[in-house]
Amino acid sequence: MDYQIIWFLLIAILFIGYFVLEGFDFGVGILLPFIAKDDVDRRVVINTIGPFWDANEVWLITAGGAMFAAFPHWYATLFSGFYIPLFLMLLALILRAVGFEFRSKMPQAWWRKTADQFIFWGSLLPALLWGVAFTNIVQGLPIGADMNFTGNLIAALNPYALLGGVVVVLIFMLHGALFLSLRTMDNLKERAEKIAKTMWWPIGIVTVLFAVLGYWNTVLFEGLGLVPGTLPTLALISFIACFVFMRLKMQGYAFASIALTIVLGTAVIFYGLFPNVMPSSLNEAYHLTIYNASSSQMTLKIMTIIALFFVPIVLAYQGWSYYIFARRIGRDAIPREEVR
Amino acid sequence: MEALEIARWQFGITTVYHFFFSPLTMGLSVLTAILHTFYYRTGSIDYKRLTKFFGKLFIIIFALGVVTGIVLEFQFGMAWSEYSRFVGDIFGIPLAIEALLAFFLESTFIAVWLFGWNRLPKGVHLLSIWLVAIGSNLSALWIIIANAWMQVPVGYILNEGRAELSDFVAVMLNEQMLVMAQHTIIAAFTTAGLFMLGISAWHILRKNQVEIFNKSARIALVFTVVSGLLVATTGHKHAQHTVKYQPMKMAAMEGLWESEQPASFSLFALIDQENQTTSRELKLPYMLTVLAYNNLTSEVRGLKDLQKEYEEAYGPGDYLPPVAVVYWSFRLMVGLGVLFILFAIAGIVQWWRNKLEVSRLYLRLATIIMFLPLLANSLGWIVAEMGRQPWIVYGLMLTRDGVSPNVSSGSMLLTTIVFTLIYGLLAAVAVYLVHRFAKPGVSGDDTVAHAY
Repeated sequence: MDYQIIWFLLIAILFIGYFVLEGFDFGVGILLPFIAKDDVDRRVVINTIGPFWDANEVWLITAGGAMFAAFPHWYATLFSGFYIPLFLMLLALILRAVGFEFRSKMPQAWWRKTADQFIFWGSLLPALLWGVAFTNIVQGLPIGADMNFTGNLIAALNPYALLGGVVVVLIFMLHGALFLSLRTMDNLKERAEKIAKTMWWPIGIVTVLFAVLGYWNTVLFEGLGLVPGTLPTLALISFIACFVFMRLKMQGYAFASIALTIVLGTAVIFYGLFPNVMPSSLNEAYHLTIYNASSSQMTLKIMTIIALFFVPIVLAYQGWSYYIFARRIGRDAIPREEVR
Repeated sequence: MEALEIARWQFGITTVYHFFFSPLTMGLSVLTAILHTFYYRTGSIDYKRLTKFFGKLFIIIFALGVVTGIVLEFQFGMAWSEYSRFVGDIFGIPLAIEALLAFFLESTFIAVWLFGWNRLPKGVHLLSIWLVAIGSNLSALWIIIANAWMQVPVGYILNEGRAELSDFVAVMLNEQMLVMAQHTIIAAFTTAGLFMLGISAWHILRKNQVEIFNKSARIALVFTVVSGLLVATTGHKHAQHTVKYQPMKMAAMEGLWESEQPASFSLFALIDQENQTTSRELKLPYMLTVLAYNNLTSEVRGLKDLQKEYEEAYGPGDYLPPVAVVYWSFRLMVGLGVLFILFAIAGIVQWWRNKLEVSRLYLRLATIIMFLPLLANSLGWIVAEMGRQPWIVYGLMLTRDGVSPNVSSGSMLLTTIVFTLIYGLLAAVAVYLVHRFAKPGVSGDDTVAHAY
């Protein structure tokens, strides 16, 4: 197998890992204002993702770094082309991190409300932007002969791309609600379960609509007939399984199913793109592919060895951190304090 | 202003801002781990309280280092896409490894440490803060590997208009990296040492928990004196390396227009870049040659000769960095470094005379000097980065050729303004929070189960 293919796969895996992991902590952040009734609730909700959100975000940083190293042109075209959306994302991620880290450092109500706003918008905006950005990529972007994005970003906000953003936000919310149902107790747990159940139908409708419209709007299903292929079918099945497991009150399996849906959904995107990484809407000859965008063989080979060695170690200790913080958090875990 | 100018300001502002916090977190992670180790070994509650106290300050500062770090990683592609295309084959490797090896370690184990009080076996809990310290300093090592390659490119070939890797080991063990990494990482230790000394001194001055803060003050003093001396020796090595591999930077650091043999060391000068002259100069004869080559006879080349040489090698153009900025940044940095060493030695002397906690003047000075390493660190980066100009990769690519061609100056300006405002606001919040949490001193509270 070519090293280019290995690295395409690795970057796909990094994005999949990022969406699965940060997906639920974005979801929790978006649900925060709706699910929590008072400050203690809010602290419980935040503490469910407290030990994880930062390391989850590192998946994105690693994906960015890997893209830079393995496909410099992909990195350069994507990041300079999406200059303003990525700027907004950075802003959101900065405020979100600050919201988490500094929220409990002061007792004043206005301080915590501000932090809650940062967490909410800082979770909503990146989720939306990722949806819009990936939809744009699979729609094809105006990339010129010099590999640079030449269009304007208003066009990136077309209705179909916005729908893609909404789909990502909704799925992450479901993912987050199911995560909360596993990590909280009593009222919070019940509310999380209820939200997850209520959201499933509308999410299903919007997502299926988005996928069907994909036949006309994206490069993903080119050459396919009515049968969309294995990955989308499996994604649909796992999404339905999520509903079944919720009905059976098997929350753990429901959470695993929605995680699998995200894995498969992201896989559909990367599988559909391959061997392109950023198709050009101007001319097929201008497509960025895994070959014309990649680093040299030597770089890819060295990076492969490093990844083979260290990725399992990272997965092991990150998995271990999930294991040691698996316990549910109740309201009594939050220290008493006076909130002015 | 053109997009290029704004992009440079944006990068400079973000880097210098990031570098306010990063050295402090690098050093403080090690100091917190040392305090935690004292607690682990002695079981003394005082050390536990100190660990939690400095750990809390560390977390506040750490948060700001993290958020600006993401901006930096994105900025290469966003604002410097041509640069990214040119260097990605080499420069991307340390960046990817930094994320994989250092950021995961840091971010996972900081949560383990923070949430792990009373939950984990004591040894595992101690290990987690050491892994944070290792991750934090490893990340510095990888980013310096990347930066060192921009300073002195090695192990590459030029192919299809970009630099491609030809020798991985050469890039990883770039001599420039070795001198730079030692100097930078150890300077981070001095930064944190003086920070801990300052905070401790503040409490001793106010007669608050004197016994406890005497302990941290002493640890900080030893840490500072050792690291401060090493900063000087590694800095000296770094400069000797610069003479050889980046003579233009060295000439700018010295404001040396004409080549001299032997060269004298300039203590003070007014630099006129336009007319390429220096006035009111105060010099120590022979000193620069001695410092640069360990002898009395070698020549140190001046800016004008180097400019001619570069024109022959790279074609017509202006290859001079902004001399006055580099000259004065270097002088101030060295001056501050010497001050830190003398100050730490004075502290050791006071300690030896058993007068550390009663010497009010010394303690008061400590509460002021703790802020100066932040300045010294930034000046060091300014020397390294401004001294490399007009190159973005020394000898291979000019800064002006690296900027993204498809990002308008309007976008660049808007983002620069917003980032700068946010950075300013966050810095104010961080300073306020550090003050707020430092003020009451260590707490006896041992019950907090959750961090947020």
